Amino acid sequence: MTQTRAVEAWTLRPLERFVAEAGARLTLLMTPAGQVLAQHGFTRAVDVMSAAALGAAIVASSGELATMLRQKQFSALNHQGVEHGIFLGAFDTPRGRLLALVVYGPDSSVGLVQLFFEEFVTELAAAAPAEERGKAVLAADFERELNESLATLFGQ
Amino acid sequence: MTTRFRRALDNVTRVRGVRGAMLVAGDDGLIVAESLMEGVRGNAVAALAASLHKRFRQSMDAGAAGAPHFLHLQGDGGTLIVVPAPDGILVVAVGDPNMNVGLVRLEMLRAAEGLT
Repeated sequence: MTQTRAVEAWTLRPLERFVAEAGARLTLLMTPAGQVLAQHGFTRAVDVMSAAALGAAIVASSGELATMLRQKQFSALNHQGVEHGIFLGAFDTPRGRLLALVVYGPDSSVGLVQLFFEEFVTELAAAAPAEERGKAVLAADFERELNESLATLFGQ
Repeated sequence: MTTRFRRALDNVTRVRGVRGAMLVAGDDGLIVAESLMEGVRGNAVAALAASLHKRFRQSMDAGAAGAPHFLHLQGDGGTLIVVPAPDGILVVAVGDPNMNVGLVRLEMLRAAEGLT
């Protein structure tokens, strides 16, 4: 059974609604550093980690391209495949800048994903707590928090 | 918007009661060209109309009824009409509940033919 799980509880309801309305097959909500806040549809931790790292890297690369073109960052990217499409959107919330990686199939479309993504962003912005600032990241904490996040995302 | 697209949409929106017309990429649900009154959420109509057309097409395929030529949804507050055109484009019109559907349909079919 496909499940939606969240490391940060405030993201769960907006994500569930978005997935249902947009017909998304897979969705990852993460920070620009690739830290996952919530996921839908993934069944293996290694896939989540890979997708998060690659999604964050794509946004970082396109951000650099935007800088080279002397324009603001791209807010969304869409890669259309034969069977599946990948939509990658970046947006600001009180929690800080977040990224969403959405994989959709032939039963949805980029138009539908874009449409409900706007509502998803609005709902997340309304639900988000303020960003924690000045928190030191320690190596020991990092691994523990990563393991805890993966356990939460996969219900282990 | 190219002159050809504009002319096709103008003939549809000229009909009394039509609030807007669009050419939509059927697979993507994205707007190709639009002529809409203020207050009509073009991107929402395009995405949902394309999705609706896809579902109807699947239903008709399942029933061995061929491809839909014309979708007409009548609501209390308005009307939505979808006519498929060549190359996966959809001609979509929204209007008042009492608009002349026959005339709009005719203009939409002409617009679809004009895209070949």
